[in-house]
Amino acid sequence: MKLYLPLLGFLAVVGLFGFGLWWNSGHNTTLVPSPLIGKPAPDWKLPLLYQPTQTLDKTAMLGRPYVINVFASWCYVCGDEAPVLMAWGHDLGVPLIGYDYRDKRADALAWLSKHGDPYTQVVSDESGRTAINFGVYGAPETYLIDAQGIIRWKHIGPLTPGVIRDKLLPQLRKLGVRPKAAA
Amino acid sequence: MMRRLRFAVLGLMLGVAFAATAIDALPFKNTAQEVRFQNLTRQLRCLVCQNEDLADSNAKLAQDLRLVIFQQMQAGRSDAQIKQWLVDRYSDYVLYKPPLKPSNYALWFGPFVVLLLGALGVVIYLRRRAQPQMASAPDEEEDW
Repeated sequence: MKLYLPLLGFLAVVGLFGFGLWWNSGHNTTLVPSPLIGKPAPDWKLPLLYQPTQTLDKTAMLGRPYVINVFASWCYVCGDEAPVLMAWGHDLGVPLIGYDYRDKRADALAWLSKHGDPYTQVVSDESGRTAINFGVYGAPETYLIDAQGIIRWKHIGPLTPGVIRDKLLPQLRKLGVRPKAAA
Repeated sequence: MMRRLRFAVLGLMLGVAFAATAIDALPFKNTAQEVRFQNLTRQLRCLVCQNEDLADSNAKLAQDLRLVIFQQMQAGRSDAQIKQWLVDRYSDYVLYKPPLKPSNYALWFGPFVVLLLGALGVVIYLRRRAQPQMASAPDEEEDW
């Protein structure tokens, strides 16, 4: 029995490390949970990308749920996300607002003409100052905001068909939206 | 030749030194404020590159946040207020030293629990080992 003690100790350590590996592979440790879920979206007022003299703001969007998708021309993963949004964006049953984050207008316009524009409206936050109030820390990120202006759901990273089907659409249905997209 | 090389190396080193200090030049009122700023940004995590603090990070978001922190300092807000402002947006993750609260008791007390369990194991082990020796103690003592 005494001879096995070091072996048991070794196995216990291996078990601990194994558990650590398994635990960390189960979830992405770089994801920062948003403290804003269930809270009112910050006040925002941003110029439209296509008509920079006009603005869109939070109050104008009150009264119906909408989705905000943070993207940027410098964001590599956004290029992967673009075809997904092109395929699903119009079938969500709610407006899809493009949020151009820390980008130059010309770059964003070129990017949208290359990848396609799935958005109902595109607002532009060149300084990234408003994004801080949303807790944005990268692109792409996606927010679902309800008719009362409360942030209901946030997704960090690109939307995939799986994420839309299993997470976004159920959240939309909870808000009484009937997405055109077949689940 | 050697001299020129030396000058070249010196120039390169100076260049690197300047580049390193030129992260962003903020117009601090005085040294005390700059020290306070450095102190505060060292306690805050860069969200993009999570093993860097806000003071050292070159990420765009870190630059934005440094500017906001600087502006809030100019507006006379306290370190605690600025931290809370960031926590409201980015959760406790933004703090390198998370506050003590029920959801992270395991983080704060886990190591002590493990230490206690280890100590308990050692005590049990030593007691078990000591008992059979007690029975044969008279003999063994003679060996000493």
